[in-house]
Amino acid sequence: MDTYLLQIFNGISVSSIFMLAALGLAITFGLMKIINMAHGEFIMIGAYAAYVIQNIFSQYLPASIFDFYFFIAIPASFLAAGIFGWVLERLVICHLYGRALDSILATWGVSLILQQLARSIFGAPNVDVKSPDWLNGALLIHPGLQLPYKRLFIMLMVIICMTAIYYLMYRSNYGRKIRAVMQNRAMAASLGINTRKIDAYTFAFGSGLAGIAGCALTLLGSIGPTLGTNYIVDTFMVVVLGGVGSLWGTIAGGFLIGTGNTTLEFLTDATLGKVLIFTLVIIFLQWRPKGLFTINSRSLDE
Amino acid sequence: MLEVKNLQAFYGESIILKNINLDVQEGRIVCLLGRNGVGKSTFLKSIMGLVNTPCGSIRLQGSEIIDQPTYARARAGIGYVPQGRDIFPHISVKENLQLGLEVNNGKGNISPEVYELFPILKEMLARKGGNLSGGQQQQLAIARALVAHPKLLMFDEPTEGIQPSIIKDIGKVILHLKKEGYTILIVEQYLEFILDIADYYYVMDKGTIVAQGFVCDMDKETIQHKISI
Repeated sequence: MDTYLLQIFNGISVSSIFMLAALGLAITFGLMKIINMAHGEFIMIGAYAAYVIQNIFSQYLPASIFDFYFFIAIPASFLAAGIFGWVLERLVICHLYGRALDSILATWGVSLILQQLARSIFGAPNVDVKSPDWLNGALLIHPGLQLPYKRLFIMLMVIICMTAIYYLMYRSNYGRKIRAVMQNRAMAASLGINTRKIDAYTFAFGSGLAGIAGCALTLLGSIGPTLGTNYIVDTFMVVVLGGVGSLWGTIAGGFLIGTGNTTLEFLTDATLGKVLIFTLVIIFLQWRPKGLFTINSRSLDE
Repeated sequence: MLEVKNLQAFYGESIILKNINLDVQEGRIVCLLGRNGVGKSTFLKSIMGLVNTPCGSIRLQGSEIIDQPTYARARAGIGYVPQGRDIFPHISVKENLQLGLEVNNGKGNISPEVYELFPILKEMLARKGGNLSGGQQQQLAIARALVAHPKLLMFDEPTEGIQPSIIKDIGKVILHLKKEGYTILIVEQYLEFILDIADYYYVMDKGTIVAQGFVCDMDKETIQHKISI
C-alpha cells in the first residue's frame, strides 16, 4: 500500500510538470490553431538554461550561495524558452496561421534543428544538474512512506505557476485580450486589438511555461538533447484529454494521466501500463471527442 | 468623414465589389440598401480591413486608411457592429464591454450613458455573452462599439432576426446617437426601418452602386423593387 501511495505521489508530481508544459501548448493551440511539435524542445531549452545557471554559480560565485541558484534558474528557464519561442513565432509560425498540417511538419523540423543545436553546444551525452542541498531528503509521513522534498517542491512550484496563469488569463487586461482573440479573431481586431502582437507574446509565454517545466525536470534526473521528445507525447495527451484551451481541463487531464499511468504501471508493467493508458484515452475520446471540459453556449458560429 | 473611391474587394480570387464610390458626411446617417449577396457586408468588411482590397481609396477624415491593418482602423475611430453581432460567447457581458475600450489601450471607463441606452445590459453584466438572446446580443454589440466613442459607427443589418419591439428600441437609440452628433453608416434590407432614421441612401446591386439620393426624395416603390427579390 505504501509503495502504491508513493507511486501515486510520484505520478502526480511528474504529471504536474506535464500540466505546465501542456498549458503552454493548449494556450498556443487554442489561440493560433498551430500544432507546435517543437514545444518539447522548449522544455529542453528550459532544462539547459537551469544547467547553465548552475554552472555559473558553481564556477564564478562563492559556494555558500550555490544552493540558491535554483531561484535564479526558474526565471532564467522561463526567459530563455520564451525568447526562443518569440523568435520562432516571428520567423516561422507567423507564416503558418490557418495551415495546421504544414505547421506540424515545419515545427517538427524546427525541433530537430533545436536538438542538434543543443548537441553542438552541450554535447550529445546527458548532463547532470545538481539539486540544491535543501531539496535533498524527504518528508517522513510514517516509516515506509517518505515524500521526497524535490517532488513536493515541484508541486508547489506548479501550483504557484498555475495561480499566476489563472490571474493572467482570467483577471488581467492581457488575458481578456487573449481570450477575445481565441474566440473571434476578426472581431477582436475590429475592436482595436493588435492580434499579431497578442500572438507573438502568447506564443512566447506558452514557450516560457514549457521552459519552467524543463527547469523542474532537472530535479528528477539528468538532461539531454532529446529530453523534449521524451515528454512531448504525454504533454499532447494531457492537452487532448483535457480539452483544448481549457485551464481546468489541462489540470484534470494532467491528474488523470499521471495517476492512471502510475496505477496501471504498478498493476502491470511499464510498457503495458503505457499501452493501457493510451487505449483508455482513445476510448474516452470516442465518447467525448472534445475532451473533459467542453464549453457550451448559445452562439451558432461554433 | 468617410470617402470611398473606386474600391474593389475580393474573397480569394473572386471579385465581390467592382467599383464603389460612397461618401458619408459628418453628422449624417447614411444607409446602404440592397438584396442578399450583392456585397453590402463585404463593403463594411473592406472598410474594416477584413477582406482583400487591392485597389481603391478609403479616407477617414481626410487620411488614407486602406493600407492600415484592421486594429489601426478601429483605433482611428471606426466602430463596427457586424452582422451576426460577433459577441465573444465565452466571456461575460461586462468583459465584452471592456473590450470595447481596447481602442484606447483598455484605458477609461464604460460611461453610464451606455447603460441608460441599454438598461437590459446592466442586469446581465455577469452573464456569458453567448447566453444572451439575439436581440440582447445586438444591443450588446452596439454598446460595445459605443463605449469608445467612435467617430464613425457602422451597423450591418441591425434589424436582422430581431423581434419588433427591440427593432424599435434600436431605431430610437440610433436617432439618439444622431442627435449626439455621431456619424453613422447602416447596411439594411428593411426599408421601413431606414425611412425613419436615415438622411441619405445608396442602393447596391452586384457589387456596384446603382442608385443614391436623399431619403426624403426617395421614390419608395422603385427602391423597394430594387432591393426585393
